[in-house]
Amino acid sequence: MNSLDFSIVVQAWPYLWSGLLFSLSLTAAAFLVGMLLGTLFALVQHFELRILSQLVRSYVALMRSIPLILVLFWFFFLVPLVLGHLSGNGRPVPVGATYTAFITFGLFEAAYYSEIIRVGLRAVNKGQFEACQALALSRFDTYRHVVLPQVFRVASPIILSQTIILFQDTSLVYVLSLTDLLGAASKLAQLNGRLVEMYLAVAVVYLIIGCAASQFVASLRKKYAIAGARR
Amino acid sequence: MFTVLLEKTVDGQRYIDWLVSGLGWTLALAFFGWWIAIAIGVVVGIGRTVQNPFFRALARLYVEIFRNIPVLVQMFLWYFVLPELLPTTMGDWIKQIPPPWGTFFPALWCLGLYTAARIAEQVRAGIEALPRGQDEAAAALGLSGYLTYRHIILPQALRLIVPSLTSEVMGIYKNTSVALTIGLMELTAQARQISDATFQTFAAFGAATLIYLALALIAYQTMMLIDKAVRIPGTAPGREAGGSDFDDVKLESSLPNGMEVVK
Repeated sequence: MNSLDFSIVVQAWPYLWSGLLFSLSLTAAAFLVGMLLGTLFALVQHFELRILSQLVRSYVALMRSIPLILVLFWFFFLVPLVLGHLSGNGRPVPVGATYTAFITFGLFEAAYYSEIIRVGLRAVNKGQFEACQALALSRFDTYRHVVLPQVFRVASPIILSQTIILFQDTSLVYVLSLTDLLGAASKLAQLNGRLVEMYLAVAVVYLIIGCAASQFVASLRKKYAIAGARR
Repeated sequence: MFTVLLEKTVDGQRYIDWLVSGLGWTLALAFFGWWIAIAIGVVVGIGRTVQNPFFRALARLYVEIFRNIPVLVQMFLWYFVLPELLPTTMGDWIKQIPPPWGTFFPALWCLGLYTAARIAEQVRAGIEALPRGQDEAAAALGLSGYLTYRHIILPQALRLIVPSLTSEVMGIYKNTSVALTIGLMELTAQARQISDATFQTFAAFGAATLIYLALALIAYQTMMLIDKAVRIPGTAPGREAGGSDFDDVKLESSLPNGMEVVK
């Protein structure tokens, strides 16, 4: 057993920090895109739009059934083809691993968020819809001002837990050789050979962020419960 | 489209043999990992609910550590870091385990322990969902703590959580693909290898996707059958009509408060 020397981690910190920032921005972007698309997907299923809702349902089932790594490989291969097709000249557009990662995570997470929101939509009391009708609110206003705010509020702990998992899952961009927190550590470890210290440090960083975030979600769960609602 | 899978590879097999061998590793990881996870998960889940504060803290520590570190990082810890931290002779012995076992065992161990932490939370939620009267009645009958858990609490709690364990089954077989990062040639890795060798990416990834879909369907149906067989009479069925197929969020949400442990 060699003696451990964590000063190497301190030296490497700026590089690891930039990796962490990449992980965080990927998480944030995937959260935004995923929530937007996910809400849309959930509404499509909620309204039971004929063909569209079948499509969305299959998409969600597919995304939830295959490993994220395989999804990353698929998109890494497909995105240039699709973009080439869209741009009209038919030749694949090289988009690079970074953009692929952003696109993949956004579309992938949309499937998971949409399930959460769909369940939330079904949990809204029927009286809420009837009350909106009685007040002559349009369908748009009903969802915009009455239904969706309640769904987001009730589902916020689950949505945030899913986002913590998303943050952990961003480490899988390692397979695209990107420089997220883990990627940065692994690249440095290959240079300086100190992989024990590097990987342990990364594990500790993830652990601290994960614990802090789940504590936060637990406190939110208490605070955000709608007063009087059965929990 | 899939005819390429029947062509000969450089090593004299057919490409489909690569896929089948990958599927074998994926199944082996998921199957054996699952039993490790159940065994440890139930023990840790019980630990989360006992009176003794020491065991409670220990169980909590386990769950927090294994749940909050990404499974890929844990994979690296078991594969790269553990042999270095052990005494030299033992570390060298581990490093000399011939492939593919040298990558299979760390991956198995990693997936088992990671999934155990998630199962532990489900078990805890199941135990906490039981009415307190169960505990009290057992105490009134003079049952010891061990007998209470063995004969009263666990038989009910485990039956209650079958629907939410479905998502953990789906989780462990999907997470087996992470083992490719340490070099185990499981299904996803084989699909990529075929794609690299033949440039038939659609066929290679498509075949793997279909296999994963089939596995998901089998896992899901099996868990539904188990749930049907062991469900406590009178408790609500885990599913309502008209939902999508792989629907564990809803299954969880039909359970009592605190059980919506999320994917």
